[in-house]
Amino acid sequence: MQDPITPELLKDYTTLNLGPTHPATHGIFQNVLKLDGEVIVDTEQTVGYIHRAFEKIAERRPFYQVTTLTDRMNYCSSPINNIGWHMTVEKLIQVEIPKRAQYIRVIIMELARIADHIICNAVIGVDTGALTGFTYMFQWREKIYDIYEQICGARLTTNIGRIGGMERDLNETAIRLINEFLRDFPKVFGQFRSLLERNRIFMDRVIGTGPISAERALNYGFTGPNLRAAGVDYDVRVMNPYSSYQDFDFNIPIGTSGDTYDRFMVRNEEMVESMKIIRQALDNLPEGRHFADVPEFYLPPKEDVYTKMEALIWHFKIVMGEQDVPIGEVYHSVEGGNGELGYYLVSDGGRAAYRLHFRRPCFIYYQAYPEMIKGSMLSDAILTMSSMNVIAGELDG
Amino acid sequence: MGIAIDTGAIPGTRVTERGLEGEGFMATSLDKFVGMARANSLWPLPFATSCCGIEFMSTMASDFDLARFGSERISFSPRQADMLLVAGTIAKKMGPVLKQVYLQMAEPRWVIAIGACASSGGIFDTYSVLQGIDKVIPVDVYVPGCPPRPEQILDGVMRLQELVKKESIHRRNSPEYKALLASYGIE
Amino acid sequence: MAEITNTYILEKLQQHFGADVLSSEESYSMLSVTLNKDRNVDVIKFLRDDSELQFNFLTDLCAVHYPDNVGNELCMVYHMHSFYTNLRIRLKFFIPISHPHIATMTVLYEAANWQERETFDFYGVVFDGHPNLKRIVNVDEMDYFPLRREYPLEDGTRNDKADEYFGR
Repeated sequence: MQDPITPELLKDYTTLNLGPTHPATHGIFQNVLKLDGEVIVDTEQTVGYIHRAFEKIAERRPFYQVTTLTDRMNYCSSPINNIGWHMTVEKLIQVEIPKRAQYIRVIIMELARIADHIICNAVIGVDTGALTGFTYMFQWREKIYDIYEQICGARLTTNIGRIGGMERDLNETAIRLINEFLRDFPKVFGQFRSLLERNRIFMDRVIGTGPISAERALNYGFTGPNLRAAGVDYDVRVMNPYSSYQDFDFNIPIGTSGDTYDRFMVRNEEMVESMKIIRQALDNLPEGRHFADVPEFYLPPKEDVYTKMEALIWHFKIVMGEQDVPIGEVYHSVEGGNGELGYYLVSDGGRAAYRLHFRRPCFIYYQAYPEMIKGSMLSDAILTMSSMNVIAGELDG
Repeated sequence: MGIAIDTGAIPGTRVTERGLEGEGFMATSLDKFVGMARANSLWPLPFATSCCGIEFMSTMASDFDLARFGSERISFSPRQADMLLVAGTIAKKMGPVLKQVYLQMAEPRWVIAIGACASSGGIFDTYSVLQGIDKVIPVDVYVPGCPPRPEQILDGVMRLQELVKKESIHRRNSPEYKALLASYGIE
Repeated sequence: MAEITNTYILEKLQQHFGADVLSSEESYSMLSVTLNKDRNVDVIKFLRDDSELQFNFLTDLCAVHYPDNVGNELCMVYHMHSFYTNLRIRLKFFIPISHPHIATMTVLYEAANWQERETFDFYGVVFDGHPNLKRIVNVDEMDYFPLRREYPLEDGTRNDKADEYFGR
């Protein structure tokens, strides 16, 4: 029988504009897709719809004001960004912070990692049509918010910690809430996992979707869960331990094929590992102070500022940027929610950074998106994007 | 002046600010009736760009549940939405897109600017960020906060409901409204 | 195998690139080497392919603007990381702002693509051989390079930041 579709017809591709405001992009990116039927032939990406010039602002603001910028980069796991930045400055001024503060930081960072992965994996569920998981899991994100509120007073953009430690110690309510979270979350999480992980429909939908090989992933600069899903066991927490991560016993889950299912599974396993780390940190929380003795950088407690002369002077000096800053260049990286979050700080001794460059993991790995979706169906492209955990605010800088 | 109703004449009725109400019926003016219907079925179009978008997700999710206020159906198509919720920073590159989305919405349409960035540019007074969405589209309610808590967003929606309830059905055809749109270059 | 130290890496680089190694320093335990800008691809290829060093991962690249450094105003900074030896190295290449050209790294690493576009967008560094060198985060119509130090941060259209509102 003669095929009614002639080669001329096949040359006609459809152009589909996905974004910048599309419910399935979970952020504002534009993808101009060239489609052959439902199969993606080519993609052109446009980003920058939420470029906020973090790096330029950071050149004009004193160090402690940069914390508020880091919050707004990867807003799904802002405490990691905050603490990463504080550690960068601590590296510059070469101060060792007390063990207790380091452990508190670990607890917070791992909670943030769970919060980040909850969003990503719940949204993968939504994109495959399983809204139930989202509504259940999001409640537990709210519980993490409650813990943040106990620690720093804010929910989402936490501005947590200080240069030189934490602004306050963990209070009893916070510890109780963390314990409750560790006790109750695994039940709900287990339900969520059993809802999807071995669900035939879900598996058929995500296995083999948007794969990338380890070699290509490295070439594209992948880090974090996306790289580990491709089978490379690179994790900054283990490779360059910071904030006492070497004290804890945890596994680095890795995948094999780098597809959506592997990314989903790696994140799920990481949440389990994060809970293990929090448990260990909480059980072995050392005694001591929660901040280091660096009065020239650590903002004094407010009640001291009102009552003590010395605290008032330090407060004034820090806020007005009168303290001495060493000259030098520092690169520090932490394992963020979606990869190696790096800070390259050039200090010329002034009150603000001379140059601050953020290595934003999703800006770097989102480049691989066209390669990952080429030849796949449009609906798979949506899943691939949500499983990559691309955060617009971080991507555009 | 309206007709004075002797409530005693009709047993079981009462006069409220909406009109005359009784068991199973209500007599009111068309304005108020339309306002009530509109206010309790505002279909939101989330234009979520950044951090506030995550808080908006919380607002929609089970703990805070925006659906309680008649906004159950999140409409991602501007054609079927009444309330544009701009949550997050709008960069200058995004400005024309936002305006386009606003233009695609059918009248009557309302806009809530959620968070400091959407209201005024917030902490991002930079070369690339639009200093408030009211530079490109008219805004009805501003919700402060960086980001606002879900309660605040809910409060913003409820404030908008108040506005919607009181809005005259002739407002959208009035010369003042046309002049307002014209000041934004919208025909 | 001898332990690979920063000194060893530097010696190896000097051996291989001779006079093209302009200066070096070690700050916060990371080796930082300044080299001749014409050799950037060669250097990174050498570091990647050398069987001992194996700097296989391009962590990050960015530019820094030093207006006072006349003739070498822009500095391209590359951070490399070896997953095998777990060492990091910072490579710097100074280029003049009057002729801001440097070879692209996309021939070795796909990861460099957008980062170079961003650097072009921010600083106007032209990467010769880049497959698609155009602005990435800013609008195409922008006629300056905003992260150069002489340009202001502020938007400039705001009128609510006047002193009178703050009682100044």
